[in-house]
Amino acid sequence: MTLAEPPVTPTTLPEPAPAAEEHTEPKGLAIICYSGDLEKTWAAMILASTAGAMAMPTKVFVTFWGLQTFVRDDVRITGDNWMQKMMSFMQRPGISHRKLSKMNFFGMGPWMMRKLAKQYNVASPKELLEMATLMGVEFVPCQMTMDMFGIKREDLIEGMGDPVGAATYLSYVGDGAAPLFI
Amino acid sequence: MDSVTIDAKVDARGLNCPMPIVKTAQAMKTLASGQALEVLATDPGSVKDFEAWARSTGNPLAEQTVDGGVYRFVLRHK
Repeated sequence: MTLAEPPVTPTTLPEPAPAAEEHTEPKGLAIICYSGDLEKTWAAMILASTAGAMAMPTKVFVTFWGLQTFVRDDVRITGDNWMQKMMSFMQRPGISHRKLSKMNFFGMGPWMMRKLAKQYNVASPKELLEMATLMGVEFVPCQMTMDMFGIKREDLIEGMGDPVGAATYLSYVGDGAAPLFI
Repeated sequence: MDSVTIDAKVDARGLNCPMPIVKTAQAMKTLASGQALEVLATDPGSVKDFEAWARSTGNPLAEQTVDGGVYRFVLRHK
């Protein structure tokens, strides 16, 4: 009895999809980064960096809890009055300090998520944000959220666009970009 | 046995979504029109992803092979 022949390598995969012919210019992507939860921040950063890699013109409008993500990691307290300061005290700003919406368990959940991510070579939200920025994705802060939380330009990470409002975001969609609310 | 001359390489073995694509896009920026980029990846999801990336960016996928769990893609700069 003879053993089956080992497969001849390298095996050719099914025909590559024809690229040039069906290529259409991507219209772009307009993400609203609303949530400050770790898992949603992760999803937003994966999509932003991939869209950048796919040469899709991409803008990320950063608002409400999402703006907390874009405060520099080393900034601990933001705001001018006691309520604004209290808000930042209760939920630490910065992309490296996000919490899970479920199973947070005082930081055990995020710690395990980060450990698993490292084990399976999944890039962190911070790394993905850096990649996205390098590939031309523009992150624009919401002026209203900045005012309400007392967050200043110098509190935010470098390289963000000028603060804008909802009308600017909607104008991206009006120009044909696909809207996403995360 | 390579049928095309490789101008640059990306080793994305072990990396997970979306890093193989992100690294490929970054490497492609350093190439000129007509040059070829070889990418090695182990993420099974990358097979469909590279087809989609090629279609969206217009950089044709010249070759794709698999050898012992390692996927090899050759992409040409449009």
